[in-house]
Formats: sequence, structure tokens, C-alpha cells
Amino acid sequence: MSELLVGTKKGLFALEGSPGEGFDVTARAFAGEPVEYAVRDPWSGRVFAAVISPFYGPKIFLADDVDGGWEQAAGVALPEGGDAALERIWVIVPGEADGLLYAGGDPGVLFESHDGGASWELSRGLWEHPTRPSWRPGGGGLCLHSISTWPGDPRRLAIGISAAGVWVTEDGGETWERGNEGLVARYVPDDTSPDDVPLCIHRIHRARTRPERMFMQFHGGVYRSDDAGASWNDIGAGLPSDFGFPLVLDPTDPDSAYVIPLNADMDRVTPEGRVRVYETRDAGETWTPRGDGLPQEHAYLTVLREAFDRAGDDDGFELYFGATSGDVFASGDAGATWSAAATRLPPVYSVSARR
Amino acid sequence: MPTVNLRGPLKQMAGNRGEHAADGETVVALLKNLERAQPAVAGWILDECGDIRRHINVFVNGEPAQAATAVGAADRVDVLPAISGGSR
Repeated sequence: MSELLVGTKKGLFALEGSPGEGFDVTARAFAGEPVEYAVRDPWSGRVFAAVISPFYGPKIFLADDVDGGWEQAAGVALPEGGDAALERIWVIVPGEADGLLYAGGDPGVLFESHDGGASWELSRGLWEHPTRPSWRPGGGGLCLHSISTWPGDPRRLAIGISAAGVWVTEDGGETWERGNEGLVARYVPDDTSPDDVPLCIHRIHRARTRPERMFMQFHGGVYRSDDAGASWNDIGAGLPSDFGFPLVLDPTDPDSAYVIPLNADMDRVTPEGRVRVYETRDAGETWTPRGDGLPQEHAYLTVLREAFDRAGDDDGFELYFGATSGDVFASGDAGATWSAAATRLPPVYSVSARR
Repeated sequence: MPTVNLRGPLKQMAGNRGEHAADGETVVALLKNLERAQPAVAGWILDECGDIRRHINVFVNGEPAQAATAVGAADRVDVLPAISGGSR
């Protein structure tokens, strides 16, 4: 039995079930409110939700379960009296120690909790980085959407910011270095100074069994790093489009990753009206479409960057993704075959899965 | 002292009470005092910059008000979600 936490335009939905056997909606929280992301912390078992109220601002809430008892987390705000306000929380990631969690948001901010998510602190090292005035937003804002921990080492992180690039820390966030060598931004002239190129990272993930290996979905480009994010190699050849948002890695094989291509930056739907997940098993040398059970005609779906996840850390892992159409799809065999887990939900912003 | 009326989640967080007495010569000063008296609503009406959130409407005696609108001792201040809000 697997649990899906689905963040949508109109609330958080909890689903339970198994791929191929059906899923039930077991709870709905924050009815009517946009829930950008939700996750269950494997250390404590508690659920966290990033609720982005257009009226009352972005907040993180926590509870033992989706069906009630939500409390607001403290400290999720920028410094008072400044000239910037927190716009959105994009992602919440459990850390590499009990009680440690991270949250990424707009404007390019990182929060940390050391008490299991009850209270949070702004990462000052990133907030006060001297290059921050030059950071420029992507279409979705200046979003810190990806946080990749280093297995067993809480001091090491890689983060992705659209459109301020990849940043890496090895000292718990006190200092940060850029990790953008090799990225090619086709949306600016070739002769644009590197210092003036906004780097629209869409998603990054780290291979847990070989942590220096990372994969990236870029705004036009799929990349692989073999040096923990310092530099990147283009591995997009063979995909119907190298534009897309989400990315998931095989938990056991550092050469394997999954992307969901979208047609183009000017047409952000699945190519040719066919929904396909693409898999690589050779670190991006080749890509194979996996669409058995997914709609293969008249299906123009948009899958957002936080809406693709896996459940399980062994070679029998499951894959899930949701679309802004309100559909959620599930695979119980690492992407070989797919079935519908939910239909007619509100537009899906995120999917977080646990088995 | 002016009276502040809260609805919905703001009312729930403020001790499930809709009506509050709060002082302040301007709307924003009054709202800051309200946040001090009702810490649970801190960050829900005003953002970190001290500005009224863009999709929150404030009325003084039924008239649309801004942050700098003066508030008199017998005035009624209503805090409401704006119809300009709603998820994207």
C-alpha cells in the first residue's frame, strides 16, 4: 500500500492504494487553498504542507496526518522590516538527520528546521550572498525548487534556483559556490556574458548510491553531473524534446533517470498528444519511452516540476506523476507499465509518494 | 478605541472572536497592534515589509482604506479577503 500526497490548486489530497489496483482519496486538507507541496518526513512520520494562500501568504503547516490537527510552523518568513516578502514555498525536503528539514521558496530562499519542522530559520549564507542582487527570476518567480541532500552528511547540499542556477554548500549553508559550468542557455544570445545569463534550472536530483552523480532538467536541456554539481554534460539527445520540468532518479542505479518531456517552452504540453515518460539506463547516452498504459492520443498534459516522484528505495520502486489536468498516474514496475491513480482532481502542483 | 472585525481563518486564529479592540492612528499602525495582541495572526494580514498583503482589503467605516488611512477612536475597521485573490 502506498500513500500519495498530492498538492493541488484547491487543496491537499491524500491517496492510498497500489499501482494497478486503484487508489482512494482518503483525506483532503486546506480545501480551496493552493497547496504547492506536501511531504511526510520519514524520520518523524509527520506530514508537512506548503500552503500558498493568495490572501494570507505562504505558510508551512504540520500534522500527524492529513486529516486534521494541522499546526502552523514558526519562522517561515523573511526578515521583518526589509524590502522583500516571502512569495511562495516551493518544496520541503527531509534532511539527513532526525529533526532536520529544508524548505525552498521564492525569492530564492532556503529555510532549515532542526526541531522536526516546528520552527524554521532562514539560511543567512544564501540570503546574504553577495551575488543575490544579480539573481533574476524565471517565469514562475525566483524559485528555489530543488534541494538535494548528500546521503549521511547534513553539511552538504545542492540546490537549484530558477533562474539563479545551481548552488552547492559543504559547510551546512554558511558558504555557497556556483555549480553551473557546462550549462547552455539557448534563450539568450550566444555572446551574452556568462555573468548576465539567467540560469533557469527546472529540477535537479542526486543519485543516492553515487552522490557525486546528479541529473538536471534545464529550461531546454537535460544534463548530468559527475562532480556533485560543479559541472554538467548535455545528455538530451534522443529525447523528443529536451524541455520539461520534473525528473526522478532510480534509487539503486546511478545511471538511471526519468524525465517527462514537454513540447517546447512555448508549448508546455506532452509532445504529439502522447504522454510518455522517458528512461535512461546508461547515464543519458540513450533514452527509451515508457508509455504503456498512458494516454497515447489527444492528450496534451502539463506536468510540473514537483509533480513526479517515486516510492521505495529498492529495485521494485514505484513511480507517480500528476498533471495540471487533474490526472495522477502510477507505475508499480519502475515505469514499464502505467495506470491511472486519480482523475478529475484539481490541477496538480506536486506529488510526493511513500510506500 | 477602534474596533477591528475579522472573519474566516483570521477570526478563528484570534481566539475565534470576530471583534477586537485595537489602537492605532492609521490602518497599518492599528493592524500592527492587532498582531501584537493576537500573535497567531502575525504574518497573515501584513507581510514582512509591513505592507498590507496585496489581496487583503481593509475598510474603515465601510469605505476602502489604505495603509496610511487615518483611524478614529470610534471607527470600525473590517479586514477581508479581496475578490482579486484566488489561486492562479
